[in-house]
Amino acid sequence: MRQFDFMGKRRLAFIASAVMVLVSIIALAVQQLNLGLDFTGGTLVEVRYAVAPSLDSVRQLLENAGFRDISVQTFGAANEVLIRLQQAYDDNVGEQVVGLLSESGDRVNLVRAEFVGAQVGEQLRDRSGLGMLVALGIVMVYVAFRFQYKFALGALLALVHDVIITLGVFSLFQIEFDLTVLAALLAVIGYSLNDTIVVYDRIRENIRKSRIDDMTQIFNDAINMTLARTLATSGTTLLVLLALLTLGGDMIEGFALALLVGVGVGTFSSIYVASALLLTLKLQRQDLIPAQKEDPEAEELP
Amino acid sequence: MLNRYPLWKYLLILVVLAVGLIYSLPNLYPEDPAVQISSTRGDVSLDERQLQQFTSALSEAGIEVTRGEIDSSGVLIRLADAEDQLSARDIIADMVGDDVVVALNLAESTPGWLESLSASPMTLGLDLRGGVHFLLEVDMDAALEQRLEVNASAMREMLRSERIRYRGTDIEGRTLTLQFTSEEDRNAARRIIATDFPDFEYENLDEGRGASLAMTMTEQTVNEIQDYAINQNLTTLRNRVDELGVAEPMVQRQGPNRIVVELPGVQDTAAAKRVVGATANLEFRLEARPDTPDIETESFEFRNNEARSATLMRDVIITGDSVSSASRSFDENGRPQVNINLDGTGGTLMNRATRTNIGRNMAVLFIEHKTRDRVVIENGEEIIEREPYTERGIISLATIQSALGNSFRITGLDSPTEAAELSLLLRSGSLAAPIYFVQERTIGPSLGQDNIDRGVLSVQIGLLLVVLFMLVRYKVFGLIANIGLAINLTLLIAAMSMLGATLTLPGIAGIVLTLGMAVDANVLIYERIREELRAGMSVQQAIHAGYERAFTSIVDANITTLLVALILFSIGTGPVKGFAVTLSLGILTSMFTALLVTRAIVNLVYGGKPVKKLWI
Repeated sequence: MRQFDFMGKRRLAFIASAVMVLVSIIALAVQQLNLGLDFTGGTLVEVRYAVAPSLDSVRQLLENAGFRDISVQTFGAANEVLIRLQQAYDDNVGEQVVGLLSESGDRVNLVRAEFVGAQVGEQLRDRSGLGMLVALGIVMVYVAFRFQYKFALGALLALVHDVIITLGVFSLFQIEFDLTVLAALLAVIGYSLNDTIVVYDRIRENIRKSRIDDMTQIFNDAINMTLARTLATSGTTLLVLLALLTLGGDMIEGFALALLVGVGVGTFSSIYVASALLLTLKLQRQDLIPAQKEDPEAEELP
Repeated sequence: MLNRYPLWKYLLILVVLAVGLIYSLPNLYPEDPAVQISSTRGDVSLDERQLQQFTSALSEAGIEVTRGEIDSSGVLIRLADAEDQLSARDIIADMVGDDVVVALNLAESTPGWLESLSASPMTLGLDLRGGVHFLLEVDMDAALEQRLEVNASAMREMLRSERIRYRGTDIEGRTLTLQFTSEEDRNAARRIIATDFPDFEYENLDEGRGASLAMTMTEQTVNEIQDYAINQNLTTLRNRVDELGVAEPMVQRQGPNRIVVELPGVQDTAAAKRVVGATANLEFRLEARPDTPDIETESFEFRNNEARSATLMRDVIITGDSVSSASRSFDENGRPQVNINLDGTGGTLMNRATRTNIGRNMAVLFIEHKTRDRVVIENGEEIIEREPYTERGIISLATIQSALGNSFRITGLDSPTEAAELSLLLRSGSLAAPIYFVQERTIGPSLGQDNIDRGVLSVQIGLLLVVLFMLVRYKVFGLIANIGLAINLTLLIAAMSMLGATLTLPGIAGIVLTLGMAVDANVLIYERIREELRAGMSVQQAIHAGYERAFTSIVDANITTLLVALILFSIGTGPVKGFAVTLSLGILTSMFTALLVTRAIVNLVYGGKPVKKLWI
């Protein structure tokens, strides 16, 4: 099997990572995220038709007029329609919508127009942020306990790297960030961590087994050995994501895109952030020797 | 011997599989969109002939009917397509008289034997199926009055401790007036109060005999209180309708003083109202001493016994929004009790009020806000006017045994039922301000049928791609992994159904994604087996070593992710919590299938047999 010299290119990869993170941070600082209806709230318009309309054509009309993040639902009866828009509320929105909908000759009456608040409260935002920090802390402790603190540092940095770049892509291209994208971001964290630990596990195993002291060589071997697995797992995940992205329609587009970016960056960072950082931190074989005692126990678990 | 499992492991796997199968099965019998026709009076019965008329009218309108049923409560017509539900109702409503009610319904189609095991399907989300929409109004005047009451209590306390005599307090609108006998008293009081309560505009009133101090809340404070009331109620309602974060409701503010609650899957508004819960409020107050002046006391009846009443202090210690939880349990002697937890400020206030009053009684006052409809005639037209009214009653009067803090208990209850009721009342009263139901409607799905179809198609194709990939890459082992994948999906669906999770389109995508990632464990194992084979191990040894050596990787990787999920669950709220639940379930089921189920299959197929070559 062909061996790739992954670690030899790590300087190049560091530069690439640094550039991506920097661009992401600048994008986030300059133009923030394009938050969706879930986060910003918007306007709710209730209209009554004389004859029950086709909801798809209502959606189409509003979309063509440049309204964003629209949800159109029947409300109680087939001829009453509830429309939610991510349009900041003002006194004219209702009239504007009704005017637009009656252009096609339908008789439409405005029942009411009001602002609606965000689906995501401040409490959710604050507590989720806190939750993330605590989760990162606990993961570091666990990795430090199972591996070594240098590994914990690498895993943490890789996670932060992946989250920032994924957010950066959404900010840079001003793609709408809603609750499903937030869920995707959490999934990215899970995936990235999973991938990093698998590579780490192999590095640890190889350091203990091999007699050579050339860490770069050991790392390259470990990454090459897990390469088939990395490609297969990322491959299946990316297949699913591509199917969702190209065929799934508006609702899952953001979800699939966030994961596509996240899984791609996550795979890259397991090798070039999480692992390469260990070389920079001068990981020694001695760093893993105290942990060797508990290893046979762990393998005997059912 | 290598690669053989003891019998009990096979049995364990079979038991888990059977349970998974039973509880995922109801999802194959989804709820049918239906129209329910029932008579308001008992004497109008609906018969077979009418059912025929309804169904033929519906099919004329191009609406596909799957089944019509007649039972004691009326006629139920099941429809093929949820989109037709509203027009079907309109058609039938036109055909029948006023004494017949035509309502939307979601008819269960789960077979009886599954229902008897309390297995039920997952609900479809607001995006796929729609649900019920409630508009609730927050009573802002009551919120302000409540705040003024609390402020008045604190001011009276201050005046008492400074020994300044006052004659009484009045609350009107957003103004709180304190009456004093002399100007000196008033001026002294103003000095003390103004430093502690900067949110008021102060004005001296001198009319008649005494001197008064009028304190009006500033516009800014009023807005702050209203925002607080709305946000606090939003949070409480969110927690009520979505305890685990998997119910996918929509709770948002609408306009300055209203809250929208949308619940997926339910179309029966009465059932949904029970979920949204009581719209009540609580006040904790001390019972008045016999020598307390009348001006400081108020008398209330007991909620469950109108003949009994108690005289309470006007001063409110804390209100219901400080109650973070209430539950019933038993004390060391096996007698029922109710445990109450307060938030930080609530605990401080409670401690301050109780530590000097040990031995006195404390009452919990339950304040329920209701509306009654009144028909008034205006300009010759009948208009239904909603008139709010309030019912106040004592639900508990207990002696303070010691200084209370953030968490305390109420004992001396007569029965476990009473404890259960009291804790329910305490929980339902934890609103910052009273709310009323203003409007209730059913709503259709927020996604168009086209969007739903595309989403479902993409998910199917994604799943198919994973299955094909595994087959092509790992051949026989790929087949085994795919069987594992099917079992994984079954278990995941079973677990989510048991938790009462709601299925939204992104949720479905998430499940498929979980499966895409769940093959990771299998991939790790198979790649390891291949590697060991290349290294020259025998077939049986390679299988054994593959599972063994991949084990630490799988466990480490999954436990770290599981840790993240558990923390997100305990700290996060709403959708973040829900995501954590699904993620943890996915990790557990995929570890179970990859480490135990596929291993069992491999052992059954290859274990102990002389195999020359592996198709991997």
